[in-house]
Amino acid sequence: MAAAANSKNVIARYLPVYFILLFIAAIEFFAAFRITNIQALLPMLLGLALCSGALALLYFMHLVDERRSLFLSLIPATIFVLIMMNMFWSDSYRLLHMKPFAH
Amino acid sequence: MSESEAAIHGHGTAYVEESPYAIPSRKLTMWLFIISDAVTFGALLMAYGYLRFASSDWPTPFKLSPSIVNVMLMTFVLLTSSLTMLGAVDAAKLGDKAKTARFMWSTILLGVIFAGLHLREWLGMIAEGVRLFQNPWGSAIFGASFFSITGLHLLHVLCGVIALIVVSRKYASGRLTAGHVETTGLYWHFVDLVWMFVVPLVYLTNIQH
Repeated sequence: MAAAANSKNVIARYLPVYFILLFIAAIEFFAAFRITNIQALLPMLLGLALCSGALALLYFMHLVDERRSLFLSLIPATIFVLIMMNMFWSDSYRLLHMKPFAH
Repeated sequence: MSESEAAIHGHGTAYVEESPYAIPSRKLTMWLFIISDAVTFGALLMAYGYLRFASSDWPTPFKLSPSIVNVMLMTFVLLTSSLTMLGAVDAAKLGDKAKTARFMWSTILLGVIFAGLHLREWLGMIAEGVRLFQNPWGSAIFGASFFSITGLHLLHVLCGVIALIVVSRKYASGRLTAGHVETTGLYWHFVDLVWMFVVPLVYLTNIQH
């Protein structure tokens, strides 16, 4: 009986996160049309995308229910790699023009 | 019997340690794949970001209709497919095979709709004259970066749809377990997660005002 009741409500427990993600997406679309300055728009969109990504990672992919050791093994290392890649990529782009230490 | 199974069933426990993450090796493997794929998409999106902001004549071709409306619809469809996938995973954990099948086939249908909308978007761009290395508006690399990023994502969606079909059929016939459904769900949610970064970077920063 309990299993049948749980089976009926399988989606209901995720609805709040789903609606928050839809709301964040709506804000992104709205902001993209309202803000014409790309320098102001980009950080805002990236911030909202990071919030959506974190919600999906924690609740849709159930990382919040796993042991903390899994989170600590995967996420900081990935963020570190992405940040380092970002640093090296800009450096390689600069060196394409043969201007090391260019301003 | 694998080492992990031996550990679970109590054989060979003298030399097989418990997983530090307390998850099956199948799920850990999927997590490691997801991390490596996240770095691949991260590299592509960062490269795109540098090209986009280093170029003074980057095209901003996306109008509200049809492009952005199409992308809104695609976002809604993909987010909803994640919700149905969560339903499938939970139903599989409860052993409800009929409900699992319904949720999985709903996810597959939404995945196919997403792919169809994606192709419609591509055909619209191609009709406007966008090619890999030329377009009517500006920087020639726009087409290559647009098609490579959205194309890689579309490839992931299509692979996910195929994986969902296979897992759904095999789970229904009893050849796969709820754990397999959960692992496939992890992949599907990752595809959704990537889309949350593709939309703002590729579409929303290039809107025609």
